[in-house]
Amino acid sequence: MRLLAAVLTASLVAGCASTAAQPAARPKNLTVLAASSLTEVFALLGRDFETGHPGTKVTFSYGGSSTLAQQIVNGAPADVFAAASPATMATVTKAGLGSGAPKTFARNTLVIAVESGNPKGITSLADLAKPGTKVALCAPEVPCGAAARTALGAANVSVQPVTLAPDVKAALSTVELGEADAALVYRTDVKSAGGKVDGVDFPESAKAVNDYPVVALAHAPNPSGATAFVSFVLSDQGRKALTAAGFQTP
Amino acid sequence: MRRSVPPLLWAPGLLGLAFLVLPLVALVLRAPWATLPGRLVEPGVLTALRLSVTTASAATVLAVLVGVPLAVLLARVEFPGRRLVRALVTLPLVLPPVVGGVALLLVFGRRGVIGSWAGFSLAFTTAGVVLAEAFVALPFLVVSVEGALRAADRRYEEAAATLGATRWTVFRRVTLPMVAPGLAAGTVLCWARALGEFGATITFAGNFPGRTQTMPIAVYLALESDPDAAIVLSLVLLAVSVAILVTLRDRWLG
Repeated sequence: MRLLAAVLTASLVAGCASTAAQPAARPKNLTVLAASSLTEVFALLGRDFETGHPGTKVTFSYGGSSTLAQQIVNGAPADVFAAASPATMATVTKAGLGSGAPKTFARNTLVIAVESGNPKGITSLADLAKPGTKVALCAPEVPCGAAARTALGAANVSVQPVTLAPDVKAALSTVELGEADAALVYRTDVKSAGGKVDGVDFPESAKAVNDYPVVALAHAPNPSGATAFVSFVLSDQGRKALTAAGFQTP
Repeated sequence: MRRSVPPLLWAPGLLGLAFLVLPLVALVLRAPWATLPGRLVEPGVLTALRLSVTTASAATVLAVLVGVPLAVLLARVEFPGRRLVRALVTLPLVLPPVVGGVALLLVFGRRGVIGSWAGFSLAFTTAGVVLAEAFVALPFLVVSVEGALRAADRRYEEAAATLGATRWTVFRRVTLPMVAPGLAAGTVLCWARALGEFGATITFAGNFPGRTQTMPIAVYLALESDPDAAIVLSLVLLAVSVAILVTLRDRWLG
């Protein structure tokens, strides 16, 4: 947390300085479509990137990776795509819409998100199958849902979820609101929820590791900005922010 | 008649028409006609369609049961703050449905005002779908019936009352038949709105095939994995909507 605060302060100070230096520059827009599990860390990275590239304004659109991939295939004007799985990235690259090959910049694993203090005493995937336990999973179309299916399969557990959420943040919020007892979400989501939910580790998560690929898009309105942002995400600075948010980095 | 329209209006008018019709034409043109029959009888499609029709019908029944009395109160009883109440009734018409879903969660969810007090939760249940649909569709019925009531000639009701009919008899035998066309139109609109409901439903009732996954939610999710399936599902909803319009026209407008 302290590291994030420091980065934040530094970027704010630097941001003020650079705006003062170039008052007349017209901001160049950079649109990044990113998996919803990247919401918090990309917001930070975006601010750092703007600091390092004065005159560039980064706009994010977060959502389920499969939703975003469909938007790109259907011609959404965007510069960079960061997905939560190689499968959703393949939707874009197979359509010939990636500029170069996608690069893996982070890895994420699942945890069981439970209400703060774990009132139901959930300690394993098998506990999710107990009658009376309300479980939210991601829809199988989105990466967190695909990973959940793999992990539950590896544990040989059959869960009857109450809902299949369209993205990981929606699954998490059912637990935050107390409407579900548990949800399978990413480790990083529990971390960014800041104490409102607890994360329970389970061994089968090692069998469902999600690789996060990023790519500059072929029809990017801002191609140089797109390449620069991808390099920035893969840089030491990017890696540090991702690690601080709970991601593993390659 | 044609000469009375300024020529300047033709181009934008036709443009507006094209704007409304072209997307629907595209839906029909892009439909995978060759595989359509097979896709239509896929279990997923039938499950979602059955759930949609059932919940929309249940929501409409619920809306009629509370909506008609509410419309009568608004149209026939003078009370302070009536305009405010009328505004509140029409609020769900302009409110983004997602907001309605969040609000329902805070009332009928496990931690909701009523849910936590009574110890139950309607979130993520089929009953929750009905509730979410009724919430957004009820105003259509109330507005429609209230309009009919206000337009109806009250002298018939007064005549019946002078002839000794009780208030209940007057309502049943005079008022209701007079507003029947308005009630019927309101009911159909209400059903159509309930059938198309998406935002409040996915927020409050979630998404689970066979339990809470209605047609619009199925369309939304299908678009991510199988766009052709999304087109097929959309086509089914389009057909249902056209059928409603045709019914409306033949019965009450034609």
